[in-house]
Amino acid sequence: MNPFTLTQPKDIDGVLAQLAEGARPIAGGTNLLDLMKEGVMQPPQVVDINAIATAGLDGIEEAGGGLRLGALARNADTAYHPLVRDRYPLLSSAILAGASPQLRNMATNGGNLLQRTRCVYFYDVGVPCNKREPGTGCPAKHGINRQLAILGTSEQCIATHPSDMCVALRALDAVVHVRSSSGKREIPFGEFHRLPGERPELDTTLQPGELITHIALPDAARFAEHSAYIKVRERLSYAFALVSVAAALDMDGDTIRAARIALGGVAHKPWRVEEAERELEGKQASEAAFAAVADRILEGARGWGQNDFKLPLAKNAIVQALQTAVRGTAYARGERE
Amino acid sequence: MDPHQQHPIRLRLNGQDREFDVESWVTLLDLLRERAGLTGTKKGCDHGQCGACTVLLDGRRVNSCLTLAAMQDGHEVTTVEGLAKGEELHPLQQAFIACDAFQCGYCTPGQICSAAGLIAEGQARTIDDVRELMSGNVCRCGAYPQIVRAVAQVLELDASALDDGKPFTTGSVLA
Repeated sequence: MNPFTLTQPKDIDGVLAQLAEGARPIAGGTNLLDLMKEGVMQPPQVVDINAIATAGLDGIEEAGGGLRLGALARNADTAYHPLVRDRYPLLSSAILAGASPQLRNMATNGGNLLQRTRCVYFYDVGVPCNKREPGTGCPAKHGINRQLAILGTSEQCIATHPSDMCVALRALDAVVHVRSSSGKREIPFGEFHRLPGERPELDTTLQPGELITHIALPDAARFAEHSAYIKVRERLSYAFALVSVAAALDMDGDTIRAARIALGGVAHKPWRVEEAERELEGKQASEAAFAAVADRILEGARGWGQNDFKLPLAKNAIVQALQTAVRGTAYARGERE
Repeated sequence: MDPHQQHPIRLRLNGQDREFDVESWVTLLDLLRERAGLTGTKKGCDHGQCGACTVLLDGRRVNSCLTLAAMQDGHEVTTVEGLAKGEELHPLQQAFIACDAFQCGYCTPGQICSAAGLIAEGQARTIDDVRELMSGNVCRCGAYPQIVRAVAQVLELDASALDDGKPFTTGSVLA
């Protein structure tokens, strides 16, 4: 790692002052230190924000009919929290499908949202990458792109967002609460991550100087019985998604009252098409209905060679996730046959 | 501010209070190996992918390569050297020997610390759960069946699934 200055403020104002000066926050460190060792990120100033955890930033508590997830709560503590397991099983499953137990013990909720793509060209400082060095080009489009995006890509970048947790948060209509030295702001989850467009170096709409304080989840009790997170990857555990699907249904018998469907591993942000979800409302659960919705969600998708297989894979994964959700959360969790 | 500034830290390291002065970029792993003389913790990939550097931080398993030593001031760290009570091996150490759960041994300190963390977490109920929850520790020699058996032995889990020849799953722990 290149030398950097490290500050450790004891209160949130001290952290915000550091961020306003351009310091990069570190909490779990699981992604930032990895990137700093690779030379992909070389922040001259780093601010350790762990000391402010006790100022209400590491809690998981009921709020406004839903839940408030502290930005500094660890991923493992979030996934195993009784309130999350019982009321937001989709979120619990998604978190536990990601990384390893050690990493989940370290990584924070805020940091999970801000992790960078694992595109191999982004990670290799010896090759061009528009995300790492804007204007240098994107070798991934005609190169190693098996893991990369099929939706929402641009000529500049076909990277994917690597998070599992964020796919569930998108499906569950989470809201990201941020704070800076000039005030507070709320960002709906669908507007937090962005598509690469002409500015692939920007992963999110978080502004310089802003700190994520917590993530708010609205009440989702009606989806708790019929949730499933399906993750397709190269090996059974501890790998990033080729395609993942977070599916949650509000069912009345065999009839779907409402559906939530978000995809991971296919775009620069968790992918969700709300108009497609609405087509399921009032319909009987059936493979044909789910396949039609999958086609609608995947409209405009294109492969880049090595990742062409993701088009049929994503369709099948959506159908399977919805069918699994119909059978129930307990089935999806493997708690009953 | 000088990037080469020394950060004074105090750790409760394997039951002893130790003090160090570290530069900002020193990882907990490098502090353990290079400054504390505790070379039981291994550096495999140095990127959080292999688990060889796993230690217990305040009782929780973490990858010591992905946290800064300066961030751990005032915390408690247990390495593989701190698991035995004098000459009495930790039950996991005994089980790893009994089950022949290693070949070259390089991943073993991380495997054992990870398993200690797994047991403390209390989430593993089946062999499949153990497999899933040990997935952050890679064994180049491929001693996985024996490692799982050793962990299952300490947890007193039904290990018959290890011998039934069926393909394994990730278990119900993914919920």
